[in-house]
Amino acid sequence: MSEPILKVDDLKVHFPVDVGTFFSKKATLKAVDGVSFELHEGEALSVVGESGCGKSTLGRAVLQLLHNTEGQVVWMGENITGYPVKAMRPLRSEMQIIFQDPLASLDPRMTIGEIIAEPLVTHNPEIPKDQVKARVREMMDIVGLLPRMINRYPHEFSGGQCQRIGIARAMILRPKVIVCDEPVSALDVSIQAQIINLLGELQETFGLSLLFISHDLSIVRHISHRVMVIYLGNVMELAEKDALYNAPRHPYTQALISAVPVPDPDKEAHKKRIVLKGDLPSPINPPSGCVFRTRCLYADHQCEQEKPPLTTLNEPTAKGNHQVACHKQAEINSLD
Amino acid sequence: MSIILDVQNLNTRFDTPEGEVSAANNINFTLKKGQSLGVVGESGSGKTQIFMAIMGLLAKNGRTSGQAIFQGQNLLELPVAELNKVRGVSLSMIFQDPMTSLNPYLKVSRQMTEVLIEHRGMGKKEALERSIRMLELVGIPEARKRVYMYPHEFSGGMRQRVMIAIALLCEPDLLIADEPTTALDVTIQAQILDLLHNLKEEMGMSIVMITHDLGVIAGMCDQVMVMYGGRVVETGTVHEIFNDARHPYTQGLLQSMPRIDGDHSEDLYAIPGQPPNLQALPSGCAFQPRCQLASDQCRREQPGSITFASERSVACHRVTEIIELNQEETVNREVAL
Ligand SMILES: Nc1ncnc2c1ncn2[C@@H]1O[C@H](COP(=O)(O)OP(=O)(O)OP(=O)(O)O)[C@@H](O)[C@H]1O
Ligand SMILES: Nc1ncnc2c1ncn2[C@@H]1O[C@H](COP(=O)(O)OP(=O)(O)OP(=O)(O)O)[C@@H](O)[C@H]1O
Ligand code: SF4
Ligand code: SF4
Ligand SMILES: [Mg+2]
Ligand SMILES: [Mg+2]
Repeated sequence: MSEPILKVDDLKVHFPVDVGTFFSKKATLKAVDGVSFELHEGEALSVVGESGCGKSTLGRAVLQLLHNTEGQVVWMGENITGYPVKAMRPLRSEMQIIFQDPLASLDPRMTIGEIIAEPLVTHNPEIPKDQVKARVREMMDIVGLLPRMINRYPHEFSGGQCQRIGIARAMILRPKVIVCDEPVSALDVSIQAQIINLLGELQETFGLSLLFISHDLSIVRHISHRVMVIYLGNVMELAEKDALYNAPRHPYTQALISAVPVPDPDKEAHKKRIVLKGDLPSPINPPSGCVFRTRCLYADHQCEQEKPPLTTLNEPTAKGNHQVACHKQAEINSLD
Repeated sequence: MSIILDVQNLNTRFDTPEGEVSAANNINFTLKKGQSLGVVGESGSGKTQIFMAIMGLLAKNGRTSGQAIFQGQNLLELPVAELNKVRGVSLSMIFQDPMTSLNPYLKVSRQMTEVLIEHRGMGKKEALERSIRMLELVGIPEARKRVYMYPHEFSGGMRQRVMIAIALLCEPDLLIADEPTTALDVTIQAQILDLLHNLKEEMGMSIVMITHDLGVIAGMCDQVMVMYGGRVVETGTVHEIFNDARHPYTQGLLQSMPRIDGDHSEDLYAIPGQPPNLQALPSGCAFQPRCQLASDQCRREQPGSITFASERSVACHRVTEIIELNQEETVNREVAL
């Protein structure tokens, strides 16, 4: 396989937080706690997990939008860890981000033409105005917006259209990777499909790589090549899409997948759901050993004592590079 | 089976500076005791406002007409004092926005026990124990400690569950749940759906489930009502809706859902165009600008609702052709097998 365009090694983001009610008391919140992965050209890698598990923090740390990080982020062979804003500037054209809330992320006082053009103008101030306009119109056309709407303002557009504006803006510099942070979760179901298809098309046409952050496992199954499952800032499982959905190995992934309702009354009637007990523990005070152990059906003494490393499955039947962080995965998966 | 809720010709309108908005038009449905009704539709299609009208909780600029008979009483005409004996007791609602029903200035313990003391005649101690038990049932860890917290001290997902616990406190005969699990993670959603399912099976609680998640409907509901642009476009049993959808919007909605059990090699089907704006609905059928079957008649006339069976109706000019197409498809599928 080709060299990855992005290589993340043991990335940690720890926030100092105040936990005292009356007296100031400092603690550490481990939002991302040792995440490693590679992203290849033209690949869509999804990050899934429940609210607060660290998905957005991971995405922002990769783009060097956060600075209290440890570990390494290597972009096209260059170690960009801790690059200040100025050093990142030339790389901004290659790495872009789009956010969940389309309207809130667009400046209401700018026309959509200005919004889409902004990264281009900032990056190449010398480009003549008519060329900028031509590029903006071209981008609008690509994302399915009528170029004649170029002088309108964001509030005149629906949620789905605002998300298209955000995508046009992210795409105008022809980046190599886009971090998509829940790009469709604020949209109507009938509009989600339009945006997912658009991202898929852009990816194929431009060889774009996506780091696709989502809590929706149905959408993730549709859009990704590989999937990374996160729990309390730790990777639980990382595998090719079909391997992960058809034969999940980690008890958490198994529960997650079984919990997703399927739009088919017959399947739902006969489905066995693994209902996890309890709640997500606080990331300020995560469980010792395996962070998932307080909700795991199989947890034992070892799980309390030792943190399971993310290990590549060493089986002839394993598809691609399938990684799991569980002491007992072999045992659990041979039971059935 | 007896009917617990009978809604006839319900209309809900809002006065706005830009003119009148018809949020719900000519809504008719009935719900049998112990059954559950799923309500789906585009954002802004009127799902919430139908039930806010029924609960007597419309915003000040809202008006409603028609009738909603719950256990023999027309809720739309009931004086507030009478309505208060029903609301939160035999008829409860879980609101889309948790802060609608939680008082930010009162501890959860107080908000929960007061209802039980007033409407169930419990003593303080008994009421507190029952409140804690209910919080445990919705999966609040350390409920005995947390019951003394204020709403803002809970995370969003937990606040949602506190609200569900409050709605279930008096074991209502009918629960209206407006996107009850949308803000929750799937593993917590699974816990809540399990709980609601048990309450329905064991206590015969009837449920109205408003949601955009067709998977939740498939797993929870007996009947389904599909809304678009302030009107009901299709009703049917859960099997009829999922296996024999007849309205083009319902069909499009089902096809455009990414499915965890689906085929992932192809593009998703996407309904073209944008959701309608209630203040500027297109002429004729509201779905007409996005419908592949739209004809001149569709652009001219609003389709009336055609009833096939007591709870099976479709509002589409071309439904007869669509039924034929569906039948052909079923035959073809069977031949292929
Ligand atoms: N600036 C910050 N200071 C302190 N804690 C933070 C900060 N940003 C995020 N966190 C915490 O880090 C954890 C991970 O947050 P993050 O936003 O990455 O989660 P997420 O997986 O994106 O969740 P969601 O699905 O809700 O968007 C959370 O516990 C959050 O409260
Ligand atoms: N107080 C109000 N004044 C004017 N219009 C209102 C008011 N409340 C609601 N509406 C309008 O009524 C319509 C129906 O709203 P409703 O809340 O029922 O939508 P919904 O189907 O529940 O949507 P969602 O899925 O987004 O919750 C919307 O177009 C909304 O803008
Ligand atoms: S390591 Fe132990 S607690 Fe963690 S997932 Fe595996 S069995 Fe469960
Ligand atoms: S009435 Fe016409 S436009 Fe409306 S859904 Fe039916 S076929 Fe389509
Ligand atoms: Mg996030
Ligand atoms: Mg609503």
